Amino acid sequence: MATIHIDGKDYEVDGSDNLLQACLSLGLDVPYFCWHPALGSVGACRQCAVKQYRDKDDTRGMLVMSCMTGIKDDSYISIDDAEAVEFRESVIEWLMSNHPHDCPVCEEGGHCHLQDMTVMTGHDRRRYRFTKRTHENQYLGPFIAHEMNRCISCYRCVRFYKDYAGGTDLGVFGAHDNVYFGRTTDGVLESEFSGNLTEVCPTGVFTDQTHSDHYTRKWDLQFAPSICHGCSSGCNISPGERYGEVRRIENRYNGAVNHYFLCDRGRFGYGYVNNADRPRLALLRDADAEDVDITLSVDAALDRAAERLKRARRVIGIGSPRASLESNYALRELVGVDNFSTGIEAGELERLALMQRILREGALPIPSLRDIESHDAVVVLGEDLTQTAARVALSVRQAAQGGALSLAAEQRIPEWHVNAVNTLAQGRKNPVYLATVAETKLDDIARETFHGTPDEIARFGFALAHALDDSAPMVGDLDDATLGLVGEIASTLKSAKRPLIIAGESLRSIAVLRAAANLARAFNQAGLQGSLSLISAEANSTGLAMLGGESLDWALKTLTRQDADAVIVLENDLYRRLPAKRVDEALDACETLLVIDHQPTPTCRRADIVLPAATFAEGDGTLVSSEGRAQRFFQVYDPAYYRPDDQTHEAWRWLHALHTTIESRPIDWTQLDEVTRACAESVPVLAGITDAAPSASFRIKGQKIARSPHRSSGRTAMRANISVVEPRQPQDIDSALAFSMEGYSGTAVARQQVPFAWAPGWNSPQAWNKFQDEVGGSLRAGDPGVRLIDQPGTRGEGRPLAYFSEVPSAFQLYHDRWQVVPLYHLFGSEETSAKAKPVQERMPEPYLALGITDAEALGLNPDAKVRVNIGKHELLLPLKISSRLRRGTVGIPRGLPDMPVEIFGEWARLEQEVRA
Amino acid sequence: MDNSRHLYADLISSDRPAFALSDEEREEIIEEKGHYENPRAASIEALKIVQHHRGWVPDGAIPAIAELLGIPGSDVEGVATFYSQIFRQPVGRHVIRLCDSMTCYINGYEAIRERLKSELGIVPGQTTTDERFTLIPVCCLGNCDKGPTMMVDDDTHSHLDAETLMSVLEAYK
Repeated sequence: MATIHIDGKDYEVDGSDNLLQACLSLGLDVPYFCWHPALGSVGACRQCAVKQYRDKDDTRGMLVMSCMTGIKDDSYISIDDAEAVEFRESVIEWLMSNHPHDCPVCEEGGHCHLQDMTVMTGHDRRRYRFTKRTHENQYLGPFIAHEMNRCISCYRCVRFYKDYAGGTDLGVFGAHDNVYFGRTTDGVLESEFSGNLTEVCPTGVFTDQTHSDHYTRKWDLQFAPSICHGCSSGCNISPGERYGEVRRIENRYNGAVNHYFLCDRGRFGYGYVNNADRPRLALLRDADAEDVDITLSVDAALDRAAERLKRARRVIGIGSPRASLESNYALRELVGVDNFSTGIEAGELERLALMQRILREGALPIPSLRDIESHDAVVVLGEDLTQTAARVALSVRQAAQGGALSLAAEQRIPEWHVNAVNTLAQGRKNPVYLATVAETKLDDIARETFHGTPDEIARFGFALAHALDDSAPMVGDLDDATLGLVGEIASTLKSAKRPLIIAGESLRSIAVLRAAANLARAFNQAGLQGSLSLISAEANSTGLAMLGGESLDWALKTLTRQDADAVIVLENDLYRRLPAKRVDEALDACETLLVIDHQPTPTCRRADIVLPAATFAEGDGTLVSSEGRAQRFFQVYDPAYYRPDDQTHEAWRWLHALHTTIESRPIDWTQLDEVTRACAESVPVLAGITDAAPSASFRIKGQKIARSPHRSSGRTAMRANISVVEPRQPQDIDSALAFSMEGYSGTAVARQQVPFAWAPGWNSPQAWNKFQDEVGGSLRAGDPGVRLIDQPGTRGEGRPLAYFSEVPSAFQLYHDRWQVVPLYHLFGSEETSAKAKPVQERMPEPYLALGITDAEALGLNPDAKVRVNIGKHELLLPLKISSRLRRGTVGIPRGLPDMPVEIFGEWARLEQEVRA
Repeated sequence: MDNSRHLYADLISSDRPAFALSDEEREEIIEEKGHYENPRAASIEALKIVQHHRGWVPDGAIPAIAELLGIPGSDVEGVATFYSQIFRQPVGRHVIRLCDSMTCYINGYEAIRERLKSELGIVPGQTTTDERFTLIPVCCLGNCDKGPTMMVDDDTHSHLDAETLMSVLEAYK
């Protein structure tokens, strides 16, 4: 800590910060552009000038760039000094000399850092009367719109895209006053994190194209604190709605999870919420007249459904890892614990249970997403993180970059001085070791990669554990190359201060998880203070594993055997999980299929009764991320306000109403908190979920939290097309948020639940400064969510899980068959985001990947189509050559629509080549 | 490009101009690459090699150099557009670099420029229709004591005089 004197007042600040960080952390407004809390200082824009004095008696002082000035104890600073004020104003005047005066038609307007800073510096008269430089814009794909004329050359875009996120196709071209940020040629931005450019850019050069297609100003959007449902990372998001449509997704700051950045699936994959084909009314399918759906009133739907369920001998429920804990719990209450399935396939459920065991009883703690960045060595077993949990991949990249920081620390170069740090490091990174089936987009930071089948990856992990600790089970008949690699990695890991292991569900291999557990124990035995991160497949897979229940296989078998004759399926497309034949048999055998979902899935299309469920945008609930962090997502808008006939409700509301209708009793649960509490009380491991967010009765200064900025306009006319009478705003009984601009939206009172970042004078996402304990740190009220796994009592010391000894056997190469391994795609492998149009433009067509050696041996040309026989399936797939896929394996993308699910891990015969 | 990318990369189409480096260019660039610890450091030399052989650096050379050096094309393009002496458009057989800095200006740069303009029929930045000369301004040739000065290709010409200027250019066919 250090004491500095700013404009006559004394402040205690963190001595390792720069002056700009310190001022912003103190809540003082200093304008800036090129600095960003996550990107450090380069001193390029000259906007953050302040006066620094030699000592108390110095009256002249000198201008310094606050972002490039370290804190000196007992130093004297002035922000308000007239010369500094004038300097800052003239800097912005220069920047604005080429900036178009197009705010009224610019999509950044209203959440623009440049607007905020221009107002802050007081530059409000244009003197420049000459021609402005202009640029041609590029097509950058379906996500990002490009308008280079607005550029102020702050370099934040390339510093994020290249230096932070490892992208290669966005660059800076030209020199002096003619600098261009873009690609070498028009084309799709390749990085999975390109969407962050829209928030990193301080002005409107990079804007959200998906938002542009139905544009609304930030101040006219209605937001809610929400959680991304795109994978199990649990990133915090702020979806913005207008006229009953989600119009954009912004990052919501959570200092322990995603902090400033999201992946493009999370940001641009929201379109499924707005799709016209969603079920929005309760439907009854007439068995006599195929394809004729009868719409029902809510009461009639409940009566009809209750009647059919009452008539049933036995009703079972199939839950879902993409639905909230509350909805799953309500289903379990309705059908009874013995009749509840998690909706997860048996193998995956077993692996989830093992993950829980490893995390609770294993040797190493679980890092938060943010904490991943502060590890100094990473071993990834099996996961292609960029495709399966992209935000984790971005954190791993920062862990690798951390190598530069430790070198800098030795030379006493402050962390924020990024150009000095990078120049010193010359690309030296912390070691990252990747064991995957094929190439990944983290390969560029990997010190070593290992490629093999899932079993071989497990063997690699087992062998590494043995190399670190002799008492760990040994792996027989490893080839010399692998042994050498393992030995080399083990010796590097031994000198790591804080190594991290990451494994997960994507290869569907229990052996890989066991290997990760052994590695964790070996770290522990070798005296290494490491961490272990296990990635589950879907938004609430971890939550479902904690809630417990039978497998989907059990449910199908129960139906097929006619041990039950009615089934309620909650937000789950069974055809994505088990072979179509088995699902068909089960659904054919049951009398009543009730589906509650928000998407017209193949399962939904077979339902006798469909009840329209809320997505994350229309309902609240709790999810548990891979980290074991329970987080609440809140309803963004009430669809019935715009569409009075809309019957969309949270699934738990439908299920509870159905439950009470069946039992002819009054409703007990009228609000979310009651369901959450009941779930927490009945499932001990979920006891903490009530603390994941404040209850509905939470108030700040007697007010609810406003969902809309206070300048929100047009409310009285918003539904004038339906009726000129303005109804009362929807009332939110489930949360402490109001569907209104009325309510608390300030920063003075610390709060965790922030629907949108705004503070007086700060309309851009940089307003998060005002909510943080220090810029880039945690929210002042604490980062949202509650970690369920390391709460006192659930994670015992001194009970490390014993070593697993089930080492898989070596891979057997055949000349006529290939093992099918799953490949993942950020765009396409996840069910709901794949229904969003912009994401669909980025999805691959199904293909067959073959290692280059195998392709050459088979004499296949790169344009070939290959006939693939896997079990009973015959697929005709275009070939893709992989430079890393192991001999004897073929890769097929998993999770793409209409692909058979049971082919992975099986053996494929490549029948013949069909000339293209 | 790092070929470990292409399983994902070829999902993204990009129009690449048809272009191939000559064997000679490739050899020279590879040799230059060997001089540095970091292949990035060879990018300026690589661009100069291509310019030496072709007179200028076509767009297609950017990804070709990037691939050879194993660095992103956007990095090579950044270097290629930063330096004004890397030509990104075709130039004439001979390039005239006329100094327009302060000292030459005082010593009669304007008269030289006007003579060149009228004799060649082009303004700075243009190429004569017979593709014989390209005229470009430079801000200093380090020859301030002998101004006005210009370079034609690799030759420096000092104490220029508007009257005798054209006889200097006669040597360049």
